[in-house]
Amino acid sequence: MIKNMPVSAMVGLFFMALYFLMAIFAPLLAPYGMAESVGDVWEPASAEHWLGTDNIGRDLLTRMIYGGRTTIFIATVATILSFVTGSVLGFLAAVVGGWVDQALSRFVDLLMSIPSLIFALVILSVMPVTVPVLIVVMGLLDSTRVYRLARAVAVDINVMDYVEAAKLRGEGRRWIIFREILPNALSPLVAEMGLRFIFMVLFVSTLSFLGLGVQPPQADWGGIVKENKDGIVYGIGAALYPAVAIATLAISVNLVADWVLNRTTSLKGGRG
Amino acid sequence: MSESLLKVRDLKIGATVYPPGEKPHDIEIVHGVSFDLEKGKVLGLIGESGAGKSTIGLASMAYGRGGVEITGGEVWVNGRDILKTPLQDVRSLRGGEVTYVSQSAAASFNPAKKIMDQVIEASVRHGKFSRKDAEARAIELFARLGLPDPETIGNRYPHQVSGGQLQRCMTALALCPEPDLVVFDEPTTALDVTTQIEVLMAIKEAIRDTGVAALYITHDLAVVAQVSDDILVLKMGDMVEYGSVDQIINAPREEYTRALVSVRSIDHKEKEPTSEPVLKVENITARYRGTNFDVLHDVNVELHPGQTLAVVGESGSGKSTLARVITGLLPPKEGSIHFAGRDLSAALGGRSREDLRELQMIYQMADVAMNPRQTVGTIIGRPLEFYFGLRGAQKRKRIVELLDEIEMGIEFIDRYPAELSGGQKQRVCIARALAAKPKMIICDEVTSALDPLVADGILKLLLNLQKIEDVAYLFITHDLATVKAIADSIAVMYQGEVVRYGGKTEVLSPPFDDYTDLLLSSVPEMKLGWLEEVIANRKMESAGN
Repeated sequence: MIKNMPVSAMVGLFFMALYFLMAIFAPLLAPYGMAESVGDVWEPASAEHWLGTDNIGRDLLTRMIYGGRTTIFIATVATILSFVTGSVLGFLAAVVGGWVDQALSRFVDLLMSIPSLIFALVILSVMPVTVPVLIVVMGLLDSTRVYRLARAVAVDINVMDYVEAAKLRGEGRRWIIFREILPNALSPLVAEMGLRFIFMVLFVSTLSFLGLGVQPPQADWGGIVKENKDGIVYGIGAALYPAVAIATLAISVNLVADWVLNRTTSLKGGRG
Repeated sequence: MSESLLKVRDLKIGATVYPPGEKPHDIEIVHGVSFDLEKGKVLGLIGESGAGKSTIGLASMAYGRGGVEITGGEVWVNGRDILKTPLQDVRSLRGGEVTYVSQSAAASFNPAKKIMDQVIEASVRHGKFSRKDAEARAIELFARLGLPDPETIGNRYPHQVSGGQLQRCMTALALCPEPDLVVFDEPTTALDVTTQIEVLMAIKEAIRDTGVAALYITHDLAVVAQVSDDILVLKMGDMVEYGSVDQIINAPREEYTRALVSVRSIDHKEKEPTSEPVLKVENITARYRGTNFDVLHDVNVELHPGQTLAVVGESGSGKSTLARVITGLLPPKEGSIHFAGRDLSAALGGRSREDLRELQMIYQMADVAMNPRQTVGTIIGRPLEFYFGLRGAQKRKRIVELLDEIEMGIEFIDRYPAELSGGQKQRVCIARALAAKPKMIICDEVTSALDPLVADGILKLLLNLQKIEDVAYLFITHDLATVKAIADSIAVMYQGEVVRYGGKTEVLSPPFDDYTDLLLSSVPEMKLGWLEEVIANRKMESAGN
């Protein structure tokens, strides 16, 4: 499996693994404490501070590692939440049909008609901004997109003879959704998952940049950009590191998702 | 011997295959085929799917479908080897000197353009005729092919004519540029039997009148016997037998050809009805939601235990709707269904698990009747688990028994449907139905998607299983040869009504009503000159006209 892997996927997998491992082992890897002020403001890169220091003298590498941990954690959990909610409801709407489908679909239309960033800002400005609240808001808003995709795919599968055969056998909805439809809907959903994860990363970074995401002193990539953006005027590139990190993560996850999609469609018994 | 129009010598064709779990590699799919075709003659290419018929047909236009490559040999058209001709010149050959009629006219016509524009396109493009002359020629061809309103039919869009008419339009399209050779690729396979013979006759007459040569590709030997002068029998890309129609039909030399000629020769004696029917359909009238006409009208049939009731009719006659009503997928407007001595609830939701278990169904398209992500073991094992609560070793033992009954071995248990052949897939579907130990199985066109020899095997298996398991079949089909082979009683359906019903011998003996007569006479027979005989004696036109 690894042998036939294209170079692009390998590069993607390398960066993805790098970021995820950094996120998991952040406390072991980081040279200093997360909120510890260890030097001058915006010190250049040196042996003690590989990436220099930030706007209030914290070690930037440490901030980046902890920031990645927060960003990736929030994005991952929110993606999982949006996928579970979106696909289960989407499948249910497709299988049950009738007024359940109508009610769910129209409600989703309603949510989607409001730009999600504005919607999120409105909710977060009245709610306490904590990590769980952030995850729930992002996950639920994004699940509307997953719902659309899951419903569309499931409507197609639901009319196949094997699903009819299962209904004639007397199978319940749970079997039909999880055993007949889900395995056949997986490849488009997995590809979409990569894409949605990236949007989550961008979403949480945007929120933090606007000040309604992760709250200081906790580090996250969007926040680091915000804290250091003023340095750009003085020719200090501290804000660029998190920006590059967000970009490389986005690209590498997409490369991997592409490869996964290609692989699953040619799997044994895969659907074209 | 006069100069051949088409001369194929040692044609070899390769293709890239993508087997699951392996690296893609090249294989040879046609292994050195040679034949000649003279002006004004028709050569039938016959074989089962995968025999290479269509590939050879397209190669005579120097064309290979995606992934297919002509790797060796010569194809001479009008004295030049078109495989060595530059692409520029091949383009003038395609659609000009050599034209092509495909199996599905509906999929081949552009739905957004009028028929006339598409019929004359090639002639005008190749500069054979001016637009005006081409239109005049098209109208003449429409008339010759027996299309209604030849003057104006060209102004319609493809969806505004019937399937049989569209197939004839496609023949007009192919004949319009005055080609030297037409490749007919299964032109009647997708049509109903009664429509098929009209199209067949139209094609035959058009070939005779225009003096064009034709390659006629089909899997149905009885069809090819009506139109061809010579026949080439193919199997897995090899030439099996090459000879005149008369010789192939009446004195086949090869074992494989003999098998093709004698297909559907199952001898099945009608059984006497028993006292208590397992299924009794009474006064069923049904319509689909949101429509305002009845698809089924006052249908009454009975099926006795261990017997087969064949429901015969053309597309649109309501036979599949009857199956949906019986299975509970479409609750009827009126009427009732009695099954195994009890009243069946009209809707699926109101039926007990016992009702569902005893009434199983097998589908036409085995590929989509099985979840592609489940193994054969899971597919057959699920009813065992669901209805009988079997688990682990017990379940596996029963799966192996069932695989044995459908003449497949234990080695198939972990395979996915994509790794099975068409016939094997249908066998697995049969095993899934049998696993429930049903009293009755509805077979919806179970053999129509299969090659004749494979279909024959499936029918024999079904008959055999009926003897062992004493299960009743409601057999839905449009194919009368199948009906003759397996039915005990027959219901002939036409536009939602049962027009003739009774024991097999009774239904198939004269005097006939007009529709049954039309249907019976339309089944191609393995006999020379049959087509002309039938057309001369017809009392009514097909429903498609």
